[in-house]
Amino acid sequence: MSDFDRRSVLKAGLGGAALLAGPGIVPVRAAEWTNTPEPNASIRVLRWKQFIQAEFDKFAEQTKKFSEKTGVKVKLEAESWEDIRPKAAVAANVGAGPDLIIGTLDDPHKFPEKLIDVTDVAQYLGAQYGGWYPVAEKYGKKGNGWIAIPQGATGGCLNYRISHVKAAGFEQFPKDTDGFLKLCQALKKNNTPAGFALGHATGDANGWCQWALWAFGGKVVNEKNEVVLDSPETIAALEYVKQLYATFIPGVLSWNDSNNNKAFLNGELSLTLNGISIWTVGKNSPDPKQQEIAKDMDHAPMPIGPVGKPTEQQNILVYYGYKHSKYPKAVKEYIKFMMDKENYDAWEVASNGYVSPPLPAYNDNPVWTSDPKITPYRDCLKRCLDNGYAGDLGYASAAVMGDFVVVDMFAEAASGSATPQEAAKRAAERAKRYYQV
Amino acid sequence: MAVIAEPVAAQVKRSSLWRRAFESRNFLGAMFMVPAIAILILFLAYPLALGFWLGMTDTKIGGVGRFIGFQNFVSLSKDSVFWLSVFNTIFYTVFASIVKFAIGLYLALLLNERLPFKSMMRAIVLLPFVVPTVLSAIAFWWIYDSQFSIISWVLIKAGLLNHYIDFLGDPWNARWSVVLANIWRGVPFVAITLLAGLQTISPSLYEAANLDGATNMQRFRHITLPMLSPIIAVVMTFSVLMTFTDFQLIYTITRGGPINATHLMATLSFQRAITGGNLGEGAAISNAMIPFLVAAILLSFFGLQRSRWQQGGRD
Repeated sequence: MSDFDRRSVLKAGLGGAALLAGPGIVPVRAAEWTNTPEPNASIRVLRWKQFIQAEFDKFAEQTKKFSEKTGVKVKLEAESWEDIRPKAAVAANVGAGPDLIIGTLDDPHKFPEKLIDVTDVAQYLGAQYGGWYPVAEKYGKKGNGWIAIPQGATGGCLNYRISHVKAAGFEQFPKDTDGFLKLCQALKKNNTPAGFALGHATGDANGWCQWALWAFGGKVVNEKNEVVLDSPETIAALEYVKQLYATFIPGVLSWNDSNNNKAFLNGELSLTLNGISIWTVGKNSPDPKQQEIAKDMDHAPMPIGPVGKPTEQQNILVYYGYKHSKYPKAVKEYIKFMMDKENYDAWEVASNGYVSPPLPAYNDNPVWTSDPKITPYRDCLKRCLDNGYAGDLGYASAAVMGDFVVVDMFAEAASGSATPQEAAKRAAERAKRYYQV
Repeated sequence: MAVIAEPVAAQVKRSSLWRRAFESRNFLGAMFMVPAIAILILFLAYPLALGFWLGMTDTKIGGVGRFIGFQNFVSLSKDSVFWLSVFNTIFYTVFASIVKFAIGLYLALLLNERLPFKSMMRAIVLLPFVVPTVLSAIAFWWIYDSQFSIISWVLIKAGLLNHYIDFLGDPWNARWSVVLANIWRGVPFVAITLLAGLQTISPSLYEAANLDGATNMQRFRHITLPMLSPIIAVVMTFSVLMTFTDFQLIYTITRGGPINATHLMATLSFQRAITGGNLGEGAAISNAMIPFLVAAILLSFFGLQRSRWQQGGRD
């Protein structure tokens, strides 16, 4: 399975290169990297704030190593995801600020003309390590060039309590949406409920709501970027989530990205969508209660809906450098250094598998199999669709997500403040306002 | 020689012009005004004008917009979330401002009396105003948490409830919850400013009223309230403006949720402009706040202009 996928990725990502090399005539050679940073270069890097301290420490350590090796001074800063977005926007607008940002999702697609062309970095990494996941390529590419380099995804999987799922009558975690609903209903009956954020939670709420929409064949837009949200498939997804919502712990309408972590580690929640951070924090906690919870936890991919294929939405992290930087070559050198397998692998180990890799070649990192509980996070990018699906990434896709159009639609229908039909219609109208531009 | 004589004459003429200019009261007055005018233009007029302009364009983050006239406003007029934010903003402002005034006035009257530990009590009243808004917002976010709320916990322990209150997960609960947070935050400003006003009222007026046998209520109604009217006008104008444009409390506690039930115009403007990337529409939402704000300012301005009102009379 893994070999097949890598081959298909190679076909998708490196088709052109393979053609140039000549099918079976000239072997594809290891990529060459000839960039040289500007003399006395100094860059400012703004990245997402860590959820796992060891991850950030390793990142900072490698940044220091980069400076020692290249002579490029790097000032590393960290902000929460939510705060990076406005800073990135302001930097793009005023032409000043960080030289390089490691932010989220399709932000670079909102201001592509302000960004350094990193096609050479992407091609080097792609050729060196056997190609990118198609979804990573979509996030990185604008037209034929690359405006961003995907760092990976803070993978989201289902976090569940093993004992509670068993008590609900499930020996194996369900793999389809029908079984998933039955599990949630049984958990509720046992007073060990599930809970998924339905407030304005950028990562968690968007993550599972987009999954639910796509799992039933619904989508915001079609391939021509025409809004097709008000559809029978969307209604089916809304009806399904309405049933799920009835099984949730109270209060999810107000939840942001941190609520489920707190509730889970407090023993009030048996099932939620999250990164690996709940388990990591629990495992390393001095609190015996949290350690017990971590021992009783496992992870699973989101179930597959009637469309018959995985439809996850993941929080992709992306490097993007600004044209206003005086040292674009140093910026590219830094990205290349941090993404080189040796460095990436060491960082991944420190993060305990917090970031799912964008290059399938990085899946052989022993961290992914060091504990079977980590393994489901490895393939997040293999299973996910981009947040502009089935259309393009850009201003409209970012705006629809930023304005919580899909989350609000599910919240309205689930809470009963609107019927599924009304909610879908309203959301479609909201989406049209962005896509009509 | 003639070549040198001409510039010297010109220099003399110029220096005498400068000397005469600086001797002129009008010129000097204008010169002293220049820094203030420059600051006003640069930091007040320019951002305002830029906001107006952006609201008339389709500017996206990082891009150059086209002039589209009132298209953003037309589009917003059909946007149910925008109208919900208008309703929320008015609801939030009206209720929070009224309660802040009532509590603030009560506290000011109390602190104006001869009380033990008066200075310490005044300092305590100021505390909510001293704490950074974001910190107090985070505190309220915890207080209202659906699983960890101290309020729910206490009520359950006291046997008054058997389940946690969904403060922020229910639209109306969430609206009232953020209003309460704003009241806590805003009361000190009203109380301390009104206290300052109370202390300007001459004690002789109260002494005269006492001699005439006036009751407490009569003294409050016929001396305190009329004399305090100009201060009340100013305080309430500022209070309304600050409440109407509130951003931090809402953004930290609810981010406009649940289902946009607490989105104010300011938070929606930010969400559309920065998170969504549509600077033009975000600016248009901000511009839509201006008529409300101008109305609040005009009410106070014309009120203050009335000499009878200023002197405590009735219109």
